[in-house]
Amino acid sequence: MIDAILHTLWTVIKIVAILLPLIISVAYLTLAERKVIGSMQVRVGPNRVGWQGLLQPFADMFKLMTKEVIVPTNSSRFLFLTAPILSLAPALAAWAVVPFDDGLVLADVNAGLLYILAMTSIGVYGVIIAGWASNSKYAFLGAMRSAAQIVAYEIAMGFALIGVLMIAGSLNLGDIVRAQSGGFFSWFLLPLLPLAVVYFISGVAETNRAPFDVAEGESEIVAGFHVDYSGMAFAVFFLAEYANMIMIAALTSIMFLGGWLSPIDGFGDGIHWFLIKTAFCLFLFLWFRATFPRYRYDQIMRLGWKVFIPVTIVWIAVVGFAVYFELGPWFQVRANGI
Amino acid sequence: MNFEIFLFYVFAAILVFSAFRVITVRNPVFAAMFLVLTFFTCAGIWLLLEAEFLAITLVLVYVGAVMVLFLFVVMMLDINVEPGREGFVSYLPVGLLVGAIMLIEMIFLITQRYFKSENFPAPQRAAEDVSNTKELGRLLYSEYLFQFEIAAIILLVAIVAAIALTMRRRPDTKYQKPSEQIGVSKAERLRIVQMPSEKR
Repeated sequence: MIDAILHTLWTVIKIVAILLPLIISVAYLTLAERKVIGSMQVRVGPNRVGWQGLLQPFADMFKLMTKEVIVPTNSSRFLFLTAPILSLAPALAAWAVVPFDDGLVLADVNAGLLYILAMTSIGVYGVIIAGWASNSKYAFLGAMRSAAQIVAYEIAMGFALIGVLMIAGSLNLGDIVRAQSGGFFSWFLLPLLPLAVVYFISGVAETNRAPFDVAEGESEIVAGFHVDYSGMAFAVFFLAEYANMIMIAALTSIMFLGGWLSPIDGFGDGIHWFLIKTAFCLFLFLWFRATFPRYRYDQIMRLGWKVFIPVTIVWIAVVGFAVYFELGPWFQVRANGI
Repeated sequence: MNFEIFLFYVFAAILVFSAFRVITVRNPVFAAMFLVLTFFTCAGIWLLLEAEFLAITLVLVYVGAVMVLFLFVVMMLDINVEPGREGFVSYLPVGLLVGAIMLIEMIFLITQRYFKSENFPAPQRAAEDVSNTKELGRLLYSEYLFQFEIAAIILLVAIVAAIALTMRRRPDTKYQKPSEQIGVSKAERLRIVQMPSEKR
């Protein structure tokens, strides 16, 4: 009995140890976004609160916390207030299987990749429910756009991951990273380059980030699905979006960039490499936002269905062929016991 | 009572409650959300049965894809509940008959000797390193390959049929052709006019 309680306590401590840094990263990612885009547009960015604006995220947070949460008349009150939680919870739950370092993972499950796919596919409910429960045309249009977009890009994302698990021979994220050991040229980035590109762009689309952010396209539908949200409810949506961004960046670094492995074989593997790679992918997110204009909606659908899905299917066939004949140097079966 | 049994009863209670609410709640969007909850708790029960692959696939396919499209349609339809109740009395006998037949069938099945609970001893707990996914894949692609392929063909036919049934060619719709849009040259879009400058 004591053992069970201690075990539960220890797990709770581990969960807090993952979530607290995550939430702080989300806060500072918003600051990084404003600073990076600012310097790309030759501006300073926020620099008033704290030294060089370093306390800006806290100022934003206090502002959002002290604002009133307005529930629109004729909205479905229960669903209106549940929607932000529905979008945040899967974004946080998916972190349970992410390996930060060799063995440094909350739940080392065999079907980790499937679990990630399942969790990221639930996130769309928050958006749809928010759009419907607000009882507003703009919100509803945003929800519809986002739902169609997420469903379209999820398929390409799943196919891209099939390539990863074919070559790694495992669904366990830790084993996937271990299969990439042996320096930069053993990472899955080069043999699976088309899939890596498709995965990352689909990730950008899946998180509704620019240039795929038609779900909240300001110029057409004000703010899309969260147009009627204010205060803390809005902040939770914001938190979910940025947590999802970090999630996609972390997954890209695990699947294609070798996770905690160093680019030179055996040269200081560790959590710092995982963090550097994740930070680099996050920088790409911000870079995209500062560079590309927003896609037109039909172009998004065309890109998802008619470009990405065929590309992934072709490359899965190529990888299948290469893995079957064990073509060197990349396609020897790597995981043990297959 | 150990913790697993406690979890099972919690999940089962939520499952029965939400399944009941799916058919009793007025608003179709709430009904769809209760169905999502049903699937989710069902996945929880499957996890307790050590069927982690099936449980995660249930969430991935039914919660993540099928129910999203379902919600999509239900939200767009704007179903009014009241007209649906008009024919309640006239349909009641047929409904009762179908329900009674189903109930009798279930009773026959469950009370037969094959389905008695003593014929199903609690299964042995699998070892910790047994991968559910690997075992399932091995069975599907070796012993049951033929059945698996047949299922795949049936699904393919269903996809083709669904597309063929819903595809309408509308010649009056003005589609954008991206290849032509990209292929335009400067000469087609821009005309530079030479004009003599005016004198005041």
